[in-house]
Amino acid sequence: MSTVTYRDALNQALKEEMQRDDRVFLMGEEVGVYQGAYKVSKGLLQEFGEMRVVDTPITELGFAGIGVGAAMVGLRPVIEFMTWNFALLAIDQVVNAAAKLLYMSGGQFNIPIVFRGPNGAALQLSAQHSQAFESWLAHIPGLKVVSPGTPRDAKGLLKSAIRDDNPVVFFEGEMLYNTKGDVPDEEYVIPIGQAELKREGDHCTIVTYGKSALMAVQVADQLEKDGIRVDVVDLRTIRPMDVAAITASVRKTNRAVVLEEGWEVCGVGAQIVDHIQRDCFDDLDAPVIRVHQADVPMPYAKNLERAAKPDVAKTIAAVKKVMYLPD
Amino acid sequence: MATKVFMEALSPTMEEGRLVKWLKAEGDAVKSGETLAEVETDKAIMELVARGDGVLRKRLIAEGATSPVGSLIAVIAGADEDIASLVAGAAAGGPPPAAEATAPPAPTRDPQNAPPATATQATTAPASGPTPSPVPAPAQSAPPPSSSAASAGRLRSSPLARRLAAERGVDLGSIGGSGPGGRIIKRDVESAPAAAGTSPAMSTASARPATVGDYQDVPLTQIRKTIARRLAESIGPVPTFYLTAEFDLERAAEMRSAMAGMGDEYKVSFNDIVMKAVATALAEHPECNAHWLGDHIRYFNRVHLGMAVAVEDGLITPVLFDADRKGLRDIARESRELAARARDRRLKPDEYTGSTFSVSNLGMFGIDHFTAIINPPEAGILAIGGIEPRPVVVDGNVVVRRRLRVTMSCDHRVIDGATGAKFLQTVRRLLEVPLMLAW
Amino acid sequence: MAQAKIKKKAEPAAGSEGTTAEERQVLLRSMLLQRRFEERCAEAYALGRIGGFCHLYIGQEAVGAGAMAALRADDYIITTYRDHGQALARGLSPRAIMAELFGRSDGCARGKGGSMHLFDRSLNFLGGHGIVGGHVPLGAGVGFAIKYRGGDQVCLCFMGESVVNTGAFHEALNMASLWKLPVVFLIENNRYGMGTALERASSIHDIYLRAASYDMPRAYVDGQDVLAVRSATLEAVRRARTESTPTLLEVRTYRFMGHSMSDAVSGTYRTKAELEEHMKRDPIMVLRIQMQEAGEIDDAGMAKLDEDVKAIVQDAWDFAEASPEPPLESLHEDVLVETST
Repeated sequence: MSTVTYRDALNQALKEEMQRDDRVFLMGEEVGVYQGAYKVSKGLLQEFGEMRVVDTPITELGFAGIGVGAAMVGLRPVIEFMTWNFALLAIDQVVNAAAKLLYMSGGQFNIPIVFRGPNGAALQLSAQHSQAFESWLAHIPGLKVVSPGTPRDAKGLLKSAIRDDNPVVFFEGEMLYNTKGDVPDEEYVIPIGQAELKREGDHCTIVTYGKSALMAVQVADQLEKDGIRVDVVDLRTIRPMDVAAITASVRKTNRAVVLEEGWEVCGVGAQIVDHIQRDCFDDLDAPVIRVHQADVPMPYAKNLERAAKPDVAKTIAAVKKVMYLPD
Repeated sequence: MATKVFMEALSPTMEEGRLVKWLKAEGDAVKSGETLAEVETDKAIMELVARGDGVLRKRLIAEGATSPVGSLIAVIAGADEDIASLVAGAAAGGPPPAAEATAPPAPTRDPQNAPPATATQATTAPASGPTPSPVPAPAQSAPPPSSSAASAGRLRSSPLARRLAAERGVDLGSIGGSGPGGRIIKRDVESAPAAAGTSPAMSTASARPATVGDYQDVPLTQIRKTIARRLAESIGPVPTFYLTAEFDLERAAEMRSAMAGMGDEYKVSFNDIVMKAVATALAEHPECNAHWLGDHIRYFNRVHLGMAVAVEDGLITPVLFDADRKGLRDIARESRELAARARDRRLKPDEYTGSTFSVSNLGMFGIDHFTAIINPPEAGILAIGGIEPRPVVVDGNVVVRRRLRVTMSCDHRVIDGATGAKFLQTVRRLLEVPLMLAW
Repeated sequence: MAQAKIKKKAEPAAGSEGTTAEERQVLLRSMLLQRRFEERCAEAYALGRIGGFCHLYIGQEAVGAGAMAALRADDYIITTYRDHGQALARGLSPRAIMAELFGRSDGCARGKGGSMHLFDRSLNFLGGHGIVGGHVPLGAGVGFAIKYRGGDQVCLCFMGESVVNTGAFHEALNMASLWKLPVVFLIENNRYGMGTALERASSIHDIYLRAASYDMPRAYVDGQDVLAVRSATLEAVRRARTESTPTLLEVRTYRFMGHSMSDAVSGTYRTKAELEEHMKRDPIMVLRIQMQEAGEIDDAGMAKLDEDVKAIVQDAWDFAEASPEPPLESLHEDVLVETST
């Protein structure tokens, strides 16, 4: 076990998978000479050369499509978006091409591709650079959608994503890149589609994923001091969703809070709540509460930004509410 | 000669019964000893038999309705006998006929004759209220949200509460809801005894959510039942015995002075220290941290310590929830705060219900020893006197030590003498070697 | 630098030289098959056998036939939703195509793609794609993969002239030229993007000139002359294969039908006179006259060829009609594959 940053864990995953399979290549803006906008690809150009670590012009639609085309004929591209905000320009390639080709070719063309990059808000980057898009992509059949919250999960899941024969959308977090955690020294992968219980408790379930999983753990630790024991179900994968992990926990605790970075309307949390109401109807002692970003574009001013984002205090208040406790 | 049919106490603990099924229709001839109806008590369905001959002339409650023991539920009389006065008396004195309880109360000009609302039944329209104004009422005069589960005209309960109630045979209509809008939630069902009469202390929710793992319900063994019955006959509803012990608080006093010397924020009272010790000991002795529930004993895994506080016209017992898991600092702060609000009469109901064991302290009134009355269904209460310097023999010498005398009142149906004594031994260990509190 | 540009300057491609009589027979047959096949498609559409969008290729057959004739078996093709003719020219089974159009389980995409999405992995036919411009980067990506693996295949990427106004086109051509990818970007300029004339949509009317902004070799060719199309494509394919250099090839053609089956053949956006003028240069007639003049085919031969082709199309129809509907279990199949590694 070593203590590794989220950034380096991703770097290790890329490096190991590129060593393991020479069909794997990394393509995107600033991934090579610049060593990665967030330094995730540091050192890869030097090791693998410019055919496998490809700097592109600023052309998300173009290089995402080049990735899909290459995947159609047997390569395994890893497409890096500098952020998912910019990936909106490429959404046609992700949604209309990568996610559809297997189906509309009647099973002839699978697309083994990874689209990855940071998602969600950092600090004071305002409206166009602070968006969480996982619900957009999770809506689409034909994609797998992954959002790890810890270095260990990031590495294990990115390796699985690269080995997957389907298009995998991989959401990282700018605020996560510097976070540290234990990462096994030996080779390992984490299967896509498996949640992990990050904390165990029997009073309330928090279902979450990605960056918010870190927050949920802080919430659990803080509530533990008040004698409130919380199950933190870190989905890690949004699609396919580990519904069994959610329902097992909610059946135990009878209460759930769903925490996500994105907006409320048609968010991932809405889907989670749907599974809970369908599968745990007779187990619920309170309506499920969601914690999410305020229904506004992200403001710039510090105080407004803080008010817009989900945080530990808002989540604690939600837990207390589903437990019928005073604030 | 008409015969009144009452809801009978079909179990020793029964305070009300739910009429499951009428076995006789109005107009049927009945003979004394014939079964009239099935009534659900604690967990059993019992038969209610006729106490006279005649015709079942009138049934006053509907199937599914709950009625207190002693209330009139039917009339048996001769076929032509006038029973109007008997039936009218029931309407005035007893609970309303349940068949009508689901329908909106009929408007009446006389509030005296309006059917009284039961605890869980909403009075939707005030019987003698003002004529509704054609102008919409301004927002600020809208009625406050009702705390009744049935405020919207139907019982509100969480899906889980409904499932638990069905599993435990609890009648949701007989308990109050502590959730938003009066929603009956899990803790309400769990604190309600199954299908039986509920004492106020029982039906009010505990302030902390209880989960199944928070206690174990242990069915009564035959010997336990016999002990319970015989002791209750001997001494009254709660067969109490008393255990008195005197503790040496010299070290605790030193600890307390040392802490106070470090600044005001570290000041704790002797009572706080005793509360902490009692809570810790209860966690170690769940056999004393229990409720007597008539047909079973509930042993709690969590310690919610009631703390009797004298108020102007009586006494109230706010609760330190999960007291065993709280540090002295939290206990001191919370008990001070709860006591202050108790005296100001500002406690919320969920702050003075749900205790698993209680403590009463009259030391500040100069009482050095007393016995306290158990607060049912709790199985024990500890009475704490004042801390007094007393001469004691230590190593053959008479020395003066600060001493505390306590008396534990024990419900013998739950706690036997040795059980209580062992608990007090633990309290002694914790108070005399206070470092053990940190163990 | 100026010299380099002159070298790349477009020349109308050469005529029929370089083909054998046998090859010309194959091209004629290919065009005729496309024509007869699509005439029956129109009939099937009218009878409700084919649903959804159905874009016919009638009038443009020389482009598919001529361009495909320039490819090797291991080369790749990617195209748009107007894909029946190219699929037939590439050699996809008429039965499998018709079954696909009928929405049957023996279709080349198991009934899941339909008219716009014909695929055949075994023939490196990478499909018809439905978003205008969206597949052009995919074509570049196939070229990237070829270069990545050090192969000498070529990717032929078909598109209509309206694609040149999309961002995807610019982005893909820029990178293809920047990275020297072995791709032929073949524009079938049929003069209308749906109902909008080229001159109303593009600031440059000579479409091939677009390549100048990527410093990419370029050419234009008469799309009604299948031999010219073949020879121009051959030159572009050679450049891609041997020099790993992309080409923008503009093929000037005309669609004799409406944009899709729900669209009038003429009317609001083009006149009947214009249509009739263009129909005088029917690509099948153009080749047939050349071959007749060369004594390679007579009326009887033509009638025989037509009969053969019609029989093939009838067989395809019968096959499609007999093919079962896709089983309901297949609804949830082909969304994801099991990962093997």
